[in-house]
Amino acid sequence: MRLTCPLCGPRDRREFYYYGAADYLDRPAADAAPEAWDAYLHLRDNIAGPVRDLWYHDQGCGSWLVVDRDTVSHEMLSVRAVAEDRA
Amino acid sequence: MRYSGFKVLTEGFSGNRGWTRAWREPEPKAEYDIVIIGGGGHGLSTAYYLARNHGLRNIAVLEKGYLGGGNVGRNTTIVRANYFLPGNQEFYSHSLKLWEGLEAELNYNVMHSQRGLINLFHSDGQRDAFARRGNAMISQGDDAELLDRAAVRRLLPYLDFDNARFPVQGGLLHRRGGTARHDAVAWGYARGADRLGVDLIQNCEVTGIDTAGGRVTGVQTTRGAIRARKVGIVVAGRSGQVAAMAGMRLPVESHVLQAFVTEGLKPAIDHVISFGMGHFYISQSDKGGLVFGGDLDFYASYAARGNLPMVEHVMEAGMTLMPMIGRARVLRSWGGIMDMTPDGSPIIDRTPVEGLFIDCGWNYGGFKAVPASGWCMAHLMATGEPHEVARRFRLDRFATGHLLDEEGTGSQHNLH
Ligand SMILES: Cc1cc2nc3c(=O)[nH]c(=O)nc-3n(C[C@H](O)[C@H](O)[C@H](O)COP(=O)(O)OP(=O)(O)OC[C@H]3O[C@@H](n4cnc5c(N)ncnc54)[C@H](O)[C@@H]3O)c2cc1C
Ligand SMILES: [Zn+2]
Repeated sequence: MRLTCPLCGPRDRREFYYYGAADYLDRPAADAAPEAWDAYLHLRDNIAGPVRDLWYHDQGCGSWLVVDRDTVSHEMLSVRAVAEDRA
Repeated sequence: MRYSGFKVLTEGFSGNRGWTRAWREPEPKAEYDIVIIGGGGHGLSTAYYLARNHGLRNIAVLEKGYLGGGNVGRNTTIVRANYFLPGNQEFYSHSLKLWEGLEAELNYNVMHSQRGLINLFHSDGQRDAFARRGNAMISQGDDAELLDRAAVRRLLPYLDFDNARFPVQGGLLHRRGGTARHDAVAWGYARGADRLGVDLIQNCEVTGIDTAGGRVTGVQTTRGAIRARKVGIVVAGRSGQVAAMAGMRLPVESHVLQAFVTEGLKPAIDHVISFGMGHFYISQSDKGGLVFGGDLDFYASYAARGNLPMVEHVMEAGMTLMPMIGRARVLRSWGGIMDMTPDGSPIIDRTPVEGLFIDCGWNYGGFKAVPASGWCMAHLMATGEPHEVARRFRLDRFATGHLLDEEGTGSQHNLH
């Protein structure tokens, strides 16, 4: 399994840290209801198929990455920097 | 048909022509009192105990593939009761007691072998933690013995005791821990449930959950609609998809866990050995194959196969601990889809939909739980109240903060 880092190019999976579903990008406001925090921290769509998740190029450039990936085939569909994804 | 040694003998002399099918293959009825979704270990044991303990008869288990084709037939078969936290302790203790009577109960040889489980430690800090865990196990009524280095050496002379990074300093021995034949557990419960009148319906995938006015009314399947008064979701790695059919999002992320088996060898490893620091554990099957595994691949996945980095890691850890296995040839490796919760503990609870129940979140440790999970899920579905030993396995514990973080690593999806 390889991820193509936008800065470093195609690299082995071992260089990256998987953080979890991209739900982590939508952090609720500090005073949001407890339900919103529960959903953010714990509840997941957990899809079999194309998903969007967050990886960190730990042993590379140190970028946080948004990865579109298929959880059934392990195919990498796209890898973008979080900053770019949010722009 | 009752199985016995005598039966094996007489069948052996008469050409084995007298064996009958272990269970029926019924057509699904239009309506059941209770439908269990998922024919893995937990679904089958739930159906069995609904019939056995609660006298219920009009029950179906719906399985999308074949019985035992999921994780129950893919695990490395370790059975133990060495948990530490209240909530987990009494549950796994109850489960081990059920294991100890399971063969007589089911009239089925599940090859439960209490060969002893040894968790190795490598430092003073780890020794203290294991001593504490052992004491907790003993006060729960289970067994534990703290072994020093010499005692471990007597039992496991082939370990590399002087490894530079992880010298073996001792271990926690749980004599009643061991293994069982995984398929046989599924088959034994299936046969037991069938004999109590449960319909086991294979090749029947649930594609929808019907509700009316906040109550469950039945399920849609690839073999037609089936009405039901109560429905249990017991689908392990597929929990997210099936719960979504009832509009629920779960605190579950599915990950792949790999395992490996070598060619058959003469008996060499008499126990189950767990090398936690290296993320490696091993036992030897009755056929002689070394059965071993390690950690998750650590990314969400529904592919029943993993990637090479974890293969390499597991092999390295094995060689670190016991270099003697280096010449054994690996025959097969595979993966299973694990229903991981943020705190690493399971869920057996009601859902917001009346009459709909869920049993999931078994992470990589649900095989040992098969008897008690079925026992407690059946209790919950029959009486509407959680069973005493499973009352902390609540669906809302993440929202309320009543976590069961056995590893003490935190409540986050990628940490267990
Ligand atoms: C490699 C590996 C090693 C492991 N080692 C151990 C161990 O040593 N000790 C231990 O205690 N545990 C271990 N486990 C964990 C254990 O195997 C699981 O936690 C447990 O088997 C899960 O419960 P189950 O048996 O009910 O799951 P499964 O057998 O997966 O049952 C779920 C069933 O639901 C069916 N299903 C899914 N969706 C639908 C649908 N829509 N309609 C109908 N049916 C559906 C599936 O086909 C499947 O048969 C291991 C797991 C793996 C993969
Ligand atoms: Zn990079």
